Amino acid sequence: MKIGVFVCHCGTNIAGTVDVEKVAKAASGLANVKYSTTYKYMCSSPGQALIWDVIKEKALDRVVVCACSPGLHEKTFRKCLEDAGVNPYLIEIANIREHCSWVHRDMEQATRKAIAIVKLAVAKVSRDKPLEKTYISIEKKVLIIGGGIAGIQSAIDIAFAKYPVVIVEREPSIGGKMAQFDKTFPTLDCAACILTPKMVTVSQSKYVTIHTCSEIEEVSGHVGNFTVKIRKKARSVDLKKCAGCGACWNKCPAKTASQFDMKLGKRTAIYVPFPQAVPNAPVIDRGNCLYFKTKKCGICQKVCPFGAIDYDMQDEIIEEKFGAIIVATGFTQFDHSVYGEYGYGKYKDVITGLHFERMVNSSGPTGGKVLRPSDGKEAKDVVFIQCVGSRDEQKGVSYCSRVCCMYTAKHALLLKEHNKDAQAYVFYIDIRAAGKNYEEFVKNVQDKHGAVYLRGRVSRVFEKGGKLIVRGADTLSGAQIEIQADLVVLAAGLVAQPDAAKLAQTMHIPYDKNNLFTEAHPKLAPAETITSGVFLAGACQSPKDIPDTVATASAAAAKVLGLLVQDKLEREPLIAKVDRILCSGCKACYEACPFHAIEMKEIEDRQLKRKRTVAEVLEGVCTGCGNCTAVCRMSAIDLEGFSNRQIMEQLGEI
Amino acid sequence: MKYAYYPGCSLHSTAKEYDLSTKEVAKALNIELTEIPDWVCCGATPAHITMHLLSLALPVKNLIQARKMGADEVVTCCAACFSRLKIANKFMEDDPAHREKVEKIVGEEYEGEVKVRHFLDVLVNYFGLKNLGERVTKKLSGLKVACYYGCLLTRPPEVTQLDDLEDPHLIDDLMRTIGAEPVQWPYKTECCGASFSLTKTDIVLKLSGDILQMAHDEGARAIVVACPLCQSNLDLRQDAINKKYKKNFNIPVFYFTQLLGLALGVEPGKLGFKKHAVNPVPLLRENGILGNL
Repeated sequence: MKIGVFVCHCGTNIAGTVDVEKVAKAASGLANVKYSTTYKYMCSSPGQALIWDVIKEKALDRVVVCACSPGLHEKTFRKCLEDAGVNPYLIEIANIREHCSWVHRDMEQATRKAIAIVKLAVAKVSRDKPLEKTYISIEKKVLIIGGGIAGIQSAIDIAFAKYPVVIVEREPSIGGKMAQFDKTFPTLDCAACILTPKMVTVSQSKYVTIHTCSEIEEVSGHVGNFTVKIRKKARSVDLKKCAGCGACWNKCPAKTASQFDMKLGKRTAIYVPFPQAVPNAPVIDRGNCLYFKTKKCGICQKVCPFGAIDYDMQDEIIEEKFGAIIVATGFTQFDHSVYGEYGYGKYKDVITGLHFERMVNSSGPTGGKVLRPSDGKEAKDVVFIQCVGSRDEQKGVSYCSRVCCMYTAKHALLLKEHNKDAQAYVFYIDIRAAGKNYEEFVKNVQDKHGAVYLRGRVSRVFEKGGKLIVRGADTLSGAQIEIQADLVVLAAGLVAQPDAAKLAQTMHIPYDKNNLFTEAHPKLAPAETITSGVFLAGACQSPKDIPDTVATASAAAAKVLGLLVQDKLEREPLIAKVDRILCSGCKACYEACPFHAIEMKEIEDRQLKRKRTVAEVLEGVCTGCGNCTAVCRMSAIDLEGFSNRQIMEQLGEI
Repeated sequence: MKYAYYPGCSLHSTAKEYDLSTKEVAKALNIELTEIPDWVCCGATPAHITMHLLSLALPVKNLIQARKMGADEVVTCCAACFSRLKIANKFMEDDPAHREKVEKIVGEEYEGEVKVRHFLDVLVNYFGLKNLGERVTKKLSGLKVACYYGCLLTRPPEVTQLDDLEDPHLIDDLMRTIGAEPVQWPYKTECCGASFSLTKTDIVLKLSGDILQMAHDEGARAIVVACPLCQSNLDLRQDAINKKYKKNFNIPVFYFTQLLGLALGVEPGKLGFKKHAVNPVPLLRENGILGNL
């Protein structure tokens, strides 16, 4: 065994506090160390060349680099070994920067500690074994959960690269929340005009399959090889036969409130949620359908020229394999009924931003007029209240929902456009308009469209004499404000879908206290999760506006494509391994593994001449975290590159 | 049902009728209230605006007195007493640093073990509205009242844990049970001006005036309260409000216990109606609730 020790100065980062020459000298006296030296920047090209040269010249077979955290340059030095013909896993990094020079001042003590760290690294490297990377196959198909603008965008990007995509959407149509919006800030182009072409693109793509009225039932497997069960709920309409002619919903006698129109309008029991729906086929809402309630009626089946209505249709569960999954399940609006000061959601004329979107939409329930839901009269004085649910640790969530300042400014502008006599009042805490042309947009709404912005909270809203009395504070003038309003619009914040936590558990991805899905790294891996092969797009990760949603959707698609273009998936060999002879099949490791990377398997024990159960590590899934090795009573499970023996060897050196 | 009873200063002075009617109602319902002997100030305004520790030590002293009586629960009627006693218990339960200081002052150990209840809570949640309804001998039918809760009965909610913070309803429920008609109005928890009554009376005239106006506009003929200071601001200042704002309010302001007493058949003379500034007798006669007093 011939070990070389290379001590880095890192300029003065290390050498300023640690006597690197002394460290190199001390290292040279350790067992099996045949060579040691220092260099100013070991990670630089000349530094790497130095290591390469010495390996060749002294025929080294193991290397210790004393430098910064292995998180930064371990890969660099592994490559260096590989180039020099040494197995890249026969290297150890002694972190004498973050763990030593940066956290100490006294040179003598720091040097002593650095020497101790090097001793441990030498002890460990002497027990390193040559390891080979492993490879797994990849199913070249992508699952996208959620067919809003995020899922649609990801699907378009992946289909463009000619990989098959399956979108699973639980509503009867794709389009998501964006389909409900009227105009979009800050350019005021109409949401439908820019969304529907994308909806058509995915529906026409031969690479995209869309399952609407569908939900994820079960996910198993791992990156490259997920198996997913999808529940396709009974639509009661055969998509293959239906031509979307409208005969059925034109004749349907059962009327109910339209969720798409925020219950401001009505729809029939057999319905398409909006005219540009994809697929352009209706669904029967069995809870409101007369045929399902009373077995009488059946008009839709009679009038359908294509025989597409199928009352006996059952839920169907399909199973498919995927190489990667994008979670794009979006958000829901904060439920403002916890706010007693705004009437607990009891006042009809206190509505949310999404209600307002439907109202100002010319194809919406009021034909584009801003009307009071209570009496249908046109609203003139409209109070907008921002931060409803957002930035409120007592009644809502602590975070800022990021889009409400902008959509409220847009609403104030649209109000004026729809009724020039109307007046908008906006109560705000801070105006957060960070985005391209966002600040300009808000300024324009204030200056050119006469919206009155009041900095302060609303303390109470109540009805009196057919008006809503809005009381609040203007903290800039210090005055109490009372406004007699016709309509109050609450800028309800964005929160996770009610079943987000359940989906996260199904997907084996982490989520935070607000049930928002957690990215692998908040800055450097925002579209990934720590579960390999599962990616995030859009507002399910945190509140996002449309530009950010589309950007993350494309980011997730790019990450997926990077995965799919590989013939085989390369995996680090630093993973757990089971010694079947020692394994008692107690399942402690199976329970401890946060990544579901351990399966229990029945094997034929030739010695005992009977079958027994042992743990098996799924190589593609294991991240090498080591939880399993810590809980194994038999020491039957070990981590390559961090074996129990190596750790004991290191402890012996302390 | 047995409770230690903490009247506080108001119920022995300006709100004597609250004390009288509470005792009468308790008697009628067989709820045993035993006044805490040698009780002291609850630590309200004069104490809590000058010295935080004093505002905790005073109520704790009273609660320890109650403990000595062998009582597990103290009942109080005044909203300020209720608030101070509850806050003191909260500190003694959750905050060891404050507990240690207060224990040193009062010279005894105490960890918030004597529970504090508002009489309203006892009636609605313990005695129960159904039971109460069965004891009603005279329904107050046709009497339109505005139930007014003020500030301290529900706030801060983590301490009081009594009623809905923004839309309290316990008094409304009680009034409905005895046949009165509570109006729906938005000023249940508006500020009456509270202890500015003496130092900045103008503020009280404005705020209490607004409350009277809203009650009037929503069709109430009387206001029902559970706090001596609310009662005094709305009743005693009503004349000054009328003069200053050129109004003709003639709105009696009852304690909920007074109307409950009438409904339970307590002799009207024992309920302290003569203590009111705005004479409630004509209204009660008009509604057929009282004969000749």
